[in-house]
Amino acid sequence: MLLALVTGCGGGGSDKDDDGGAATLSMQGFATGDETAKTRFDLANAAIAPSKATSSEGSFNAQQFLSAVASGRPPDLVYMERRLLGTYAAKKALMPLTDCVRRENVDTGQFREAALAEATLNGTLYGLPDFFNNRVLMINDAVLRGAGLDPAGFTTADWTTLTGTATRLTALKGDKLQRIGFDPKLPEFLPIWARANGAAMVSADGRSAQLTNPDVIEALAYAVSLIKAQGGWSAFKSFRDSFDFFGARNEFAAGQLGAFPMEDFYLNVLAENSPAVKVTVAPFRGVDGQPVNWVTGNAWAIPAKSPHAALACKWIKTMTASDSWIAAAKARAAARSAAGKPFAGVFTGNKRADEVIFRDVVKPSGNPQFDTAVKTILQTQDSGTAEPAMAAGEEFKAAWQNAVNRVLDGKQTPVQALSQAQQEAQTALDRAGS
Amino acid sequence: MRLRRRESLAAYGFLSPWIVGFLVFMAGPMAASFVLSLTDYDVLTSTEFVGGNNYRELLSDSRVRTSMANTLIYTVLHVPLTMAVSLALALVLIRAGRRSAGIFRTIFYVPTVTPKVAVGVLFLLLFNGQVGLVGKVLGFAGVNGPDWTTDGPWIKPGLVLMSLWSLGSTVIIYLAALQNVPRDLYEAAEMDGASPWARFRAVTVPMISGSLFFTLIINTISGVQTFDEVYTAFYGSANQQTYGNDAALFYVVYLFQEAFQFLRMGYASALAWLLFLVIVVITLVQVRLSRRFVYYESE
Repeated sequence: MLLALVTGCGGGGSDKDDDGGAATLSMQGFATGDETAKTRFDLANAAIAPSKATSSEGSFNAQQFLSAVASGRPPDLVYMERRLLGTYAAKKALMPLTDCVRRENVDTGQFREAALAEATLNGTLYGLPDFFNNRVLMINDAVLRGAGLDPAGFTTADWTTLTGTATRLTALKGDKLQRIGFDPKLPEFLPIWARANGAAMVSADGRSAQLTNPDVIEALAYAVSLIKAQGGWSAFKSFRDSFDFFGARNEFAAGQLGAFPMEDFYLNVLAENSPAVKVTVAPFRGVDGQPVNWVTGNAWAIPAKSPHAALACKWIKTMTASDSWIAAAKARAAARSAAGKPFAGVFTGNKRADEVIFRDVVKPSGNPQFDTAVKTILQTQDSGTAEPAMAAGEEFKAAWQNAVNRVLDGKQTPVQALSQAQQEAQTALDRAGS
Repeated sequence: MRLRRRESLAAYGFLSPWIVGFLVFMAGPMAASFVLSLTDYDVLTSTEFVGGNNYRELLSDSRVRTSMANTLIYTVLHVPLTMAVSLALALVLIRAGRRSAGIFRTIFYVPTVTPKVAVGVLFLLLFNGQVGLVGKVLGFAGVNGPDWTTDGPWIKPGLVLMSLWSLGSTVIIYLAALQNVPRDLYEAAEMDGASPWARFRAVTVPMISGSLFFTLIINTISGVQTFDEVYTAFYGSANQQTYGNDAALFYVVYLFQEAFQFLRMGYASALAWLLFLVIVVITLVQVRLSRRFVYYESE
């Protein structure tokens, strides 16, 4: 019944003005929030004038999208996580952008390779990359200095030392955690631990799961051991859940965390909510000492039966163009300056835009540590890698995340859990015809 | 005879909005769902008939067993506890003065209107093993509380306790039933020297057994269909979704994942029909047993 009822949910659809023949493009998954979104949105609308696109509310919702497609009224545009593109592309719900790129002369060379790879299934591009979310280490200076450690010396390259440091930074009162020394961010960050150990969890073509690779198993075993060394999963997770993550008394300000790998956006959160807190940002390093950066982000795609595919193509080209990003960054910087706050820049999937933004738009904030952090993130962008598009991306992710959870819960060993996950993931990939 | 026919037609006329609604919004979708359960259907591509494959698959799916076991354990704990606590509260309320009874009725009922999504979030806040209020209260009593929200064996007991937040409806039903128990039965029992416990057992329980049976049925069905609060607490946000503890994998949550996360609508439809079958069997058993225990005044 649930399934049948859901097909009655609202869908996309577009209409034409009665007089001018101008179209109104519908979209899902994107709302114009700050200047970064609004400025580009206005530019993209200007590019298709007198037609225009209307923004939606909230992030991508699979139910809403499926309902719209099933009812034969898909939106003209959809904004979703790049990792989801493969699933919908394999089911022919998205339009290949080959013609769009050729017709509109979209320069795909401007985009970062990792972002393009995530949006490309079986050699065909299905989405134009938007943001580029990097993962870096964020280190709480006060906690490390309090333990007699130098934040600049904190590294994930030496796993034996890292365990010792994590344990040293952990604080317990009875059996209640007062501080997590180092949060490896399991289960969601297993891919970066695998990469740090020199392994990829899926083949480059996205068709073969590689979860039983000994280096992946070793990475999982090590990351789980870090949590065990800091009080065990139940207490660790409960304590982590209590963080005021987006508030003034966040885990850095409250001294509840020593360090963790995190997406770059969180630097802005900390700068906004607890500007006095000293945070060192460093690359996440692999066991070979080299920076490892697992990137994700969103992309713009055109549903297969988009009523205005040509206009939608022009629209997403403008939305992701370097000039649009630069204009948006300038608007955002001006707004931040007017509010007396620093501007950390925007980390985009467009490398040409990034070059100009960080050369001409982002100015020294007056906080050397903040400026150094921005430079560090910028440098890690070049080492960014992403998982390839997969026809069963959701099942693949669920398989390895459930495996990590079983290990964290103590139900299975890493070998058992990842063997089961390998079977589940490969079955899903084969079924989806990856 | 003609009058009778006219009355029948009038009755059907008045019933027709419900009949049309039932056919369009209940029977129709159910039939469609059964047809879908025999197919491989993902909404986006063409439907492929697969016969009983989906049903065969769910018999060997370990997550079906896990989620069904979780759901039944939760229901077995949730239903008796909800009924017992509700009845206790109703018995206290019936003794309160008319004015204070109204206030307390409102107080007990208000949490029922709280959105279940909010109840899920509240669960995470109250039952956090490290900093939650429940743990702190237990701490004052010298008890070192468990990690209710993260320690597998404690997740279902925690959710059962949290489900008491919404027992207002059951309390109100019992209160109405208690108010209808004739006073003279109590007076007669008292004159015969019956103790309070004997009066409760021999008068109160039989006289409200119809209401007890009704709440048994509806609480069992709602327990088996538990979704919102569990999904919110353990699978709702991107942050929570990464830690979908198997102890919180309820049947409808799994059904939802298969349908809308993995786009396996055919398989999810088969899951829905298995759940329907389970509910029908449980309800039939309850109805059968009720013949022995439920007293209807009209009988």
